[in-house]
Amino acid sequence: MPTIDARRKVAARTVALTKVYGTGPSEVRALDGVTVAIFQGEFTAVMGASGSGKSTLIHCMAALDTPTDGQIYLGDTELSPLHDKVLTQLRRDHIGFVFQSYNLVPTLTAEENILLPLAIAGRKPDPAWFDTVVDAVGLRDRLSHRPDEMSGGQQQRVACARALVGRPSIVFADEPTGNLDSIASAEILQFLRRSVREFGQTVVMVTHDPVAASYTDRVIFLADGHVVSELSSPTAGSVLTQMAALHHELVTV
Amino acid sequence: MLLFSLRNLLARKGRLLLSAFAIVLGVAFLSGSLIFTDTIGKGFDNIVSGSLSDASVRLTGLDTDTMGGGNADERLVPAAVVATLAGAPRVARADGSVEGQGLFVVKSNGKLLGGTGAPTIALNYTDAPNTAGDPSVSIASGRPPEKTGEVALDRRSADLAGYTLGDTVAMVTAGSTPTLSALLVGYADFAGGGLAGATLVLFDTTTAQDLFLAGQDGFSSVGLTAAPGVSEEQLVRSVTPLLPADLEAVTGTQLADEIRTVVDTVLGFLNAFLLIFAGIALVVGSFLIINTFAILVAQRSRELALIRALGASRPQVLRSVLTEAAVVGLVGATLGLLLGVGLAALLRTVFATFGLDLTGTSLVFSARTVLASYLVGILVTMFAAYLPARRAARVPPVAAMREDPSSTEGSLRGRLIAGGGLAVVGVVLMATGLLGDGTDAAVLAGAGVFAILMAVAALSPALAVPVLTAVGWIYSRTFGEVGRLATQNSLRNLRRTAATASALMIGLALVTTISILGSSVSSSIDVAIDDQFTSDFLVSNAIGQSFSPTIAEDLAAVEGVGDIAATQRTSFTVDGSSVTATATDAAALDRVLPIHFVSGSAASTDGQIALSEDTARSLDARPGDVLVLRFAAGDVPSTVTGVYTTTYLVAGAIVPFSTVAAGQVQRADSTVFIDAAPDVDKRQLGERLDAATLDVPTVTVQNKDDYSASQRGQIDQLLYLIYALLGLAIIIAVLGIVNTLALSIIERTREVGLLRAVGLSRRQLRRMVRLEAIAIALLGAVLGISAGLLFGAVLQRALVDQGITDLTVPWARIVLFVLIAAIVGVLAAVLPARRAARLNVLQAITGR
Repeated sequence: MPTIDARRKVAARTVALTKVYGTGPSEVRALDGVTVAIFQGEFTAVMGASGSGKSTLIHCMAALDTPTDGQIYLGDTELSPLHDKVLTQLRRDHIGFVFQSYNLVPTLTAEENILLPLAIAGRKPDPAWFDTVVDAVGLRDRLSHRPDEMSGGQQQRVACARALVGRPSIVFADEPTGNLDSIASAEILQFLRRSVREFGQTVVMVTHDPVAASYTDRVIFLADGHVVSELSSPTAGSVLTQMAALHHELVTV
Repeated sequence: MLLFSLRNLLARKGRLLLSAFAIVLGVAFLSGSLIFTDTIGKGFDNIVSGSLSDASVRLTGLDTDTMGGGNADERLVPAAVVATLAGAPRVARADGSVEGQGLFVVKSNGKLLGGTGAPTIALNYTDAPNTAGDPSVSIASGRPPEKTGEVALDRRSADLAGYTLGDTVAMVTAGSTPTLSALLVGYADFAGGGLAGATLVLFDTTTAQDLFLAGQDGFSSVGLTAAPGVSEEQLVRSVTPLLPADLEAVTGTQLADEIRTVVDTVLGFLNAFLLIFAGIALVVGSFLIINTFAILVAQRSRELALIRALGASRPQVLRSVLTEAAVVGLVGATLGLLLGVGLAALLRTVFATFGLDLTGTSLVFSARTVLASYLVGILVTMFAAYLPARRAARVPPVAAMREDPSSTEGSLRGRLIAGGGLAVVGVVLMATGLLGDGTDAAVLAGAGVFAILMAVAALSPALAVPVLTAVGWIYSRTFGEVGRLATQNSLRNLRRTAATASALMIGLALVTTISILGSSVSSSIDVAIDDQFTSDFLVSNAIGQSFSPTIAEDLAAVEGVGDIAATQRTSFTVDGSSVTATATDAAALDRVLPIHFVSGSAASTDGQIALSEDTARSLDARPGDVLVLRFAAGDVPSTVTGVYTTTYLVAGAIVPFSTVAAGQVQRADSTVFIDAAPDVDKRQLGERLDAATLDVPTVTVQNKDDYSASQRGQIDQLLYLIYALLGLAIIIAVLGIVNTLALSIIERTREVGLLRAVGLSRRQLRRMVRLEAIAIALLGAVLGISAGLLFGAVLQRALVDQGITDLTVPWARIVLFVLIAAIVGVLAAVLPARRAARLNVLQAITGR
């Protein structure tokens, strides 16, 4: 359990979070009593093997999926009693997403895709902030392009800009580099790192790449729906070591 | 969000246009009907305003109630009254008008001019002005007719009949001189800007009086022109005291209103008839729209989940899909409106060939037409898109995270419950209709039909399984693996297959119902004629116009004619309800066409009337009752002598000729029944009768077979018209199949590529698509024809009281419908199959 430091404010947390898919013999416990906290202004990685529940965890925290049991807090707000309408507003105004498969609207230009969440919310973009974000992802000369006219890395940078443009309380990234080569991956990770350091953004990223995890401030390890360990100021090496240890532990138990 | 909707529309404009096309056709039909009937209305308004005087003096009783009766009144306005009126204060001039009924021009080739279409108006020529002060009728070239043996025609009719100035024009009348001829001395022009195809025949006043008023010095009506500064109302007020009791003065405005009421009633029927088909087209079209939107929503579920994840609320997603629908509706309605103008122009041309010539009247494009088109187009599209839009709003945001968001098929339970409920409602309505009688029963049964159609559409995913399985069994035996694949494709998304087939189902159900009703009507009439046509020959006018009584007299003298009975069709009201009656000599009729009396006996002397069972029931009258028969000229009290079995050849009541005379209706025949004398060769007699009526093209001599054939021919004509109109629904259904297949193939691009990669040839692929299309079409055919058979049988039972006593199923035609459905399937598959075959295999697999 992480100690709650006075200087570290909690951006989101879960208490005994459980998510069960299916019933009877086909029942799958994707999350089994997970209690974690995400701190403001930190870059957090969630790691684990396939089926460890890492994606389910952030889907639930991001109010995309509803838990079977337990509580989720975004800031001081508990999500579980909220209805779809409120959850939608919460997502709209407080949460940003980056998906593995970019998920841009193919019929809209890069600029229109970036501004889509604001358009949905009926909010006016802040031109200065928009410029800052666009320059940070280096897409100034690509704004009028459609997704199919851009490379995967460029599309993912558009997705990152889209996540940040609404100044959300927290950005969730689900394997954002999963479909990218190492150079494009590095660009995305550097951008997420910068957004935490320079803009004070809170970012949670699911990944299974130790190199990606090394860009973060803290790594939470999941296995079989449980939090199994944690690592602060990770390097690629320390992450690998930890993963190997966990693997060994799992095999020998 | 609007941007999002509009971009989606643009990206998929091809597919959406295809579904908009359903709306285009429906709205075109709607607006075309409205524009056309408005145009007819305007044409008649022009004629009315071009021909009416400031005020008219006419016989009493000729108001709207009796206008359509078809009785030619024997009364007249004495010439002395016209002279008095002409000299009265506030009257500028009074012009007596003689209007003849039953006159036709015979073309130079011996055929009747304008027989089935617009009427022939025979008048005495005067230069009386209309309300605008111009003469109603003027002579454009030549000169007016001045003496007996001279005539003027409107230019168009003269051209059509093949006459030019100086020719001798042949004519037939319903009066005492059945045929006459006169020199064409002038071309007449009508002030109303065209006659809507009617024929205008002008005589001098004396000749007109000889022909139509039995030579009496009088007029049918009088046109009054007001002195300067006198209003229509003042004119009427000042002349009314001068008139005898059976004459009345009315303003031009009132007369125009009365005529307008009659025209509007007729146009209302025409409009309702056309709008029913517009409605069917729109119902079928909404299936196409539901399907298109459902498929597009399914294909976009990931994108919709994305915008949900980005914070779009359910109502926002719903609104965005409905916005797309509204734009599709808007585009469809606009194109439909334009196409409707073309359709109205086409209708105008078609009607012109039938005699209602409005080519001189420009199309009327009213605000109501525009409003109705947009309202219907947009609302129907949005209504149809609502269910898919609601499904779109339900896409869970987490679906955006899945790599392959499969469109989950919800359970069919809701649909089955709704469909079952509808079916129960439909059955109850139909049963109520069957047990009741009269028109209400038919309406109830019709509502039941609609409910069951919707029930079948709702249940179609479940009903489809056995049909598709059966088709699949044949396919896999005939076409092997390709057949199996096609069957599986059609079974994969049952809702989609079923919805596509439902559009065709509705069209075919209606076509089948109509063809069963049509052949049942035909065979019922055949049975009735076979049973009731007991005379050897029947002489009548093909379109029900009356003809001169002298014809029956001439025919009686033909060698070999035995008994002969002339009948005149007339009408009057009894306690406000209209009754059509046959006036005849009961004894003569009984010799050639025995009437079976259920109770009492025939009406053989003055002041008697016999009623058919139907009429007796609707008037609630029985033998011994005294009925007051109201004619325009006055009342004729008559005692009911008996009630006879309703027959096809005689109207709902039989009165002696003296009743018609008492009602001051001109004598004219409508049907003459003839028996051959004993031992006379009937074929030769028929030839002699034909020869005797050769110069009177208004009448035809028919034996039983001729008569049956001509009656069947009329029903078939109506059937073909309805088939043509229902064809619209079939076209929309075909578009539906094209659309569904094309969209499915786009959806299955990867799979199609895979099949090609593992060795399926282009030909086999095309065949697979074609077989799927045929399976859908056959499903529609099986469901539609089954429903149609049920409806046809049920409606026939409900209409037994209306005389459809015989149920005939035209099996040959139904087999033809199934074949047409299969061909429809093949045609619908052409484009989607070509598209599938053209796919680049590598690109399809990699999804690039």
